Amino acid sequence: MPAKTPEQINQDLLRPLGGASAKYLAALAFFAAIVVAAMCAFVWQAYQGIGVSGLRRPVFWGFYITNFVFWIGLSHAGTLISAILRLANATWRRPVTRCAEVITVFALSIGATFPVIHLGRPWLAFWLIPYPTERGLWPNIRSPLLWDFFAINTYLLGSVTFLLLPIIPDMALIRDRATGLRKKIYSVVALGWRGTPKQWHRLESAMQIMAVAVIPVAVSVHSIVSWDFAMAPVPMWHSTIFAPYFVAGAIFSGIAALIIAMALLRKFLHLEEYLLRVHFENLGKLLLVMSLLWFYFVFAERLTAWYGNEPSEMTVFWVTQTGSFSPLFWLMVVCNFVVPFPILAIKKFRTITGTVIASIGVVIGMWLERFLIIVPSLSHKYLPYSWGTYRPTWVEITITAGTFAGMALLYMLFAKTVPIISIWELKAGQHTLTVHEPSLAHAAEEGAD
Amino acid sequence: MAHQWGMVIDLDRCTGCEACVVACHAENNISTVGEDQAGRGRAKHWIRVERYYEGEFPDVKTKFMPVLCQQCDAAPCEPVCPTFASYHTIEGLNGQVYNRCIGTRYCANACPYNVRFFNFYNPVWDKPLNLQLNPDVSLREVGVMEKCTFCVQRIKASEIHASAEKREVKDGEIQPACVQSCPTKAMVFGDLSDPQSEVARLARSNRATKLLAEVGTLPKVTYLQRDSWHAGEDS
Repeated sequence: MPAKTPEQINQDLLRPLGGASAKYLAALAFFAAIVVAAMCAFVWQAYQGIGVSGLRRPVFWGFYITNFVFWIGLSHAGTLISAILRLANATWRRPVTRCAEVITVFALSIGATFPVIHLGRPWLAFWLIPYPTERGLWPNIRSPLLWDFFAINTYLLGSVTFLLLPIIPDMALIRDRATGLRKKIYSVVALGWRGTPKQWHRLESAMQIMAVAVIPVAVSVHSIVSWDFAMAPVPMWHSTIFAPYFVAGAIFSGIAALIIAMALLRKFLHLEEYLLRVHFENLGKLLLVMSLLWFYFVFAERLTAWYGNEPSEMTVFWVTQTGSFSPLFWLMVVCNFVVPFPILAIKKFRTITGTVIASIGVVIGMWLERFLIIVPSLSHKYLPYSWGTYRPTWVEITITAGTFAGMALLYMLFAKTVPIISIWELKAGQHTLTVHEPSLAHAAEEGAD
Repeated sequence: MAHQWGMVIDLDRCTGCEACVVACHAENNISTVGEDQAGRGRAKHWIRVERYYEGEFPDVKTKFMPVLCQQCDAAPCEPVCPTFASYHTIEGLNGQVYNRCIGTRYCANACPYNVRFFNFYNPVWDKPLNLQLNPDVSLREVGVMEKCTFCVQRIKASEIHASAEKREVKDGEIQPACVQSCPTKAMVFGDLSDPQSEVARLARSNRATKLLAEVGTLPKVTYLQRDSWHAGEDS
């Protein structure tokens, strides 16, 4: 079976959209319960005050901002990777792009809730919106938090557009095959798609424009997130390396999240003939490059701090290298480099299982990295008299768990309503696949592995 | 030119009695949070007396250092606030507008001196402490940041009083609660823009140092202390 017929593709990829199994519903209920628990924890915190969390002086930012940076970083999976692969015209991208773009939209939405969750008075979060008010006061454009507000909203708008554009022809496909209420709903979201040459031309142009536009936006978002830290004169924060360091880390964790999501989709939606070993291998190679780049950035950051030997920086430096935060630091190095590097570098280990193990390591390691950037610096800031430590409470832990469950929930719901692999793009690729990429066609023949 | 309020703290005079801390709590309606919360790092002391030890046992010398908001001219807390809750007043104070604060706590992270305090819960005063609240100072609700104001209510009162009498504020007329309560007169408050004022004169002393001067915040609090390098020779 070198290439599938269009009808086979339709059948395979529209199959998951059908009814829900008991197992699916149970998983949905499980994740929904965690999300509800997290919402209750947030309401409790808003009602009582931030005091119910583990935050304290001088560690005023903890799990919430860690999660914020982590999820925004994860969002770089999709739009950026998919845009680069589209522009580079990488043929193997076709089954990968949509599940990547979905991660972006959901991870970004989840990440964007944290700046509100962590506020002392979350009900006033709308004061960041610049609009003429009776208060006669605009938000402060000098504040990196305001840059965040604009950057995240721009990226969210861009990546939602980038996700929805190539969904239109697939919506039309479902509309044409559906009946009853489903037909009505999909008719609305198909936006009157008829598949005329003019429509195809416009879609392709729009995709090209969006792919080019979204890359600088993605880079700027994580640069700005890094500047939340780098702009403050806090030891080990105030560094010019932060913007590229954060962007590289974001892409690193983003690819890892994509590999995990693809493996889960492959297993649960039986997409063994679509998400092939070659996809995991190619993304694994990208992950390997990012792992090396991450190691280089950490090394460069640590070396300059150590060589500079500035007392306040050295305090934070040693507390992470050998002090109380060192177990977490070295666990991070193991998760981000020691484990993924050999797995991804040696061809024999670069299997689907191998890349997934490496990716799980990277996701854990990158969460730890965000935590280790924030907490040790704040807890050991200048005057030793006011040093302190930080320990999260059940409130932060519940809310953190809720975001992971929320991601799973949103992803499951999405995969039930929209084909998770772009059907029309796959069909468009079928021709080129057999003619120009015999290796891919061969891999398709092998099917599962 | 507008006044530039500043302070000089003579560490060679400070005995670490903490009268300034108590006076500040009473003047500025700073609620106490209780033992448990204080242990969790939620205590609020707009001024604190830091203790540092020099030498090896038994030749140990304790040094006391009162630390309050340094009212920096290049304050890291000000630009980072998205809602202008912390801003620079024309008289050089780091103003904090409680009603504008949404509680991002960014200012407290950016402050190198850790002199900003967050209301983790709504403040409570055990009876009868609620009866001694200062009517000139607003109360801060849960979720907002607060910090030393150089007793801006006293500064304003003196300025209004002086302008009613059609005169300038006299040097030494304004005393923040901590300065007023210091038994060893280790603290002096006044106008740095007037070179004749006592605070400006003391700030030019060769014992003058700034706390964490290397961070570049240009603090308006000056500390006086003998150079510990020469301390042994003097005595």
